[in-house]
Amino acid sequence: MALDRWIALIFVTFCCIYGYAAFFTMDQLLPPFMQRNPVWPSTFPKMLAVLAVVVGMIVLLGIEKGEDADAEPSATDINYRRLHEYKIVQALALLALMVAYALMLRPAGFLIATTVFLIGGSTILGERKFHIMIPVALLATGFVWYLVQEVLGIFLRPFPFFMGT
Amino acid sequence: MLEGIMIGLGAAFSIQNLLMVIAGCLIGTFIGMLPGLGPMSIIAIMIPVAITLGDPAAALILLAGVYYGAIFGGSTSSILLNAPGVAGTVATSFDGYPMARKGQAGKALTIAAVASFAGGTIGAILLMIFAPALSSVALLFHSAEYFALMVVGLSAIAAFAGTGQVAKALMMTILGLILATVGEGALFSMPRFTMGLLDLQSGISFITLAMAMFALPEALFLVLNPMRGASGDGASNKITNLRFSREEGKSMIPVIGRQSVQGFFIGVLPGAGATIASFLGYAVERNIAKGEEQAEFGKGSVKGLAAPETANNAACTGSFVPLLTLGIPGSGTTAILLGALIALNVTPGPRLMVDTPEIFWAVIISMFIGNLVLLILNLPLIPYIAKILAIPRNYLIPFILFFTLMGAYIGQNNATELLMLVGLGIMATIFRFADYPLAPLLIGFILGTMLEDNFARSMQLYRGLDFIIERPMTLGLLVVALALVLLPSYRARRARKRAEGVADGD
Repeated sequence: MALDRWIALIFVTFCCIYGYAAFFTMDQLLPPFMQRNPVWPSTFPKMLAVLAVVVGMIVLLGIEKGEDADAEPSATDINYRRLHEYKIVQALALLALMVAYALMLRPAGFLIATTVFLIGGSTILGERKFHIMIPVALLATGFVWYLVQEVLGIFLRPFPFFMGT
Repeated sequence: MLEGIMIGLGAAFSIQNLLMVIAGCLIGTFIGMLPGLGPMSIIAIMIPVAITLGDPAAALILLAGVYYGAIFGGSTSSILLNAPGVAGTVATSFDGYPMARKGQAGKALTIAAVASFAGGTIGAILLMIFAPALSSVALLFHSAEYFALMVVGLSAIAAFAGTGQVAKALMMTILGLILATVGEGALFSMPRFTMGLLDLQSGISFITLAMAMFALPEALFLVLNPMRGASGDGASNKITNLRFSREEGKSMIPVIGRQSVQGFFIGVLPGAGATIASFLGYAVERNIAKGEEQAEFGKGSVKGLAAPETANNAACTGSFVPLLTLGIPGSGTTAILLGALIALNVTPGPRLMVDTPEIFWAVIISMFIGNLVLLILNLPLIPYIAKILAIPRNYLIPFILFFTLMGAYIGQNNATELLMLVGLGIMATIFRFADYPLAPLLIGFILGTMLEDNFARSMQLYRGLDFIIERPMTLGLLVVALALVLLPSYRARRARKRAEGVADGD
């Protein structure tokens, strides 16, 4: 089964859960005065759930036929059949770095977290000229912090939690 | 109308707004030139900045400038590198790149800039004529018609997704609508589908979703496949003579005239937009060109370069018509603009022109200024801006990722938002791998709340689903929506049958 149909299968399953929540769990919480309304909070989700399952099944069963589904994709197009040729480790490492950044941002403060993120990102991509990379990362971090904090007026804690605000 | 134009002129020519146009165009060109980053990603990244400006007119002017700049920047990388940053400029590379290979990169850029300018300006004039007219019609609409109109818009977007893609696009639209039901809506003031998570109480942030759908997958694809957005051989990078001859200018005029009008009206249609306009514009001009001129197409023809450039800019302007008059975005980019406006407490729609004419007209006037800025400011700067193409990707990609993270963080000031961004980004990347279009998801998400509001209001007014039958226009629009969805598969089936018939005959 091709990837798009696997996704359709997951989508249909998801919509069944969503539909279950809409049909069987939401209305119990409804206060009595709202029950006389012709439209309930669950009305629209119920319609969506039904529609979603129908459309999902059309994709899943391949009812709508495409033109040239088996055509060879070009080298610059992105295609999961060529996944083994791609730099998937680098991509996963960058995603992990983004998660680490999300977790680090509050405790470590903006300046440290961002500098580490930028240097880490370049290193993952294979950059080894640290004498250029570190100053660039430091400069960029300082500049963005100044821009966000001073120009846009959005508070970003610059230093780690133990150094106060 | 004249009064409105005067107000718009006053607002657009304020120092702040002039700076916004210039800044928007420059930033747009700068980032739009990077292969792989389309206008949607750029606008998504710029939204937090625009929202913090606080002034809706300034914000929309900035974002519109970024949009134009990005399209222009995309043309530049198409011409110089044969690496279009934007789908709407793919057709530009057909003749732009061969011209650059002949050592006429400067001339190609000028032709592109002049054609873009003409397309954008004529588009803006058409917008001035058609938007107020459509607005006055739209004022007659009730919530039932609005509901139906949004359904038509969403179906049209799915219908334009291409053969074999309609069901997938519909699936994405519905997923967007489902995501929009998460959180506490204004209508019922009770949390829905939050799974008890406090972070989902206020719903999914549209900036996070926009970043996750466009900017993040693009950056990841640049990592996964270094071939994507790879630079050319560099031979065409030397930009010398920016002039084109008088004859070439003359041959461009009819092309610009035709394509700006055609492009504009394609842009008005929901779901069509700049990409279709540019390809169609190129095809039409090639078909009507005669003999030698036709043979020149694909080898560096002036007409072949001017046609898609005029058409895509006119279409970008055209796509503002449904946004400004109906409040219904026809493309991913205008959907993001709509989201930004809602975040600024402005609801685009027919009332926009009546209630806040300064926003409406300032945006239109700033389109003229934006086009002018692109022509006189950006063009001479292009040889310098093009240097950005030399930034190594090892530096570029971490910065793109950082800006997507920052965008999501600034919007909500919440680190959980970043985890959501990564999660949704991975989901979007998998969707892209499986060839699912992502713009319908975002458009569905942004229209979701409005769609439900109008639906609920009509239901309450008519005590049930009677509004569909009692209001003929609503019924008519819903029938159109259904036809739009069914038509592509009907036509495909008929074409297949005919093809089979031919095979049997053999």
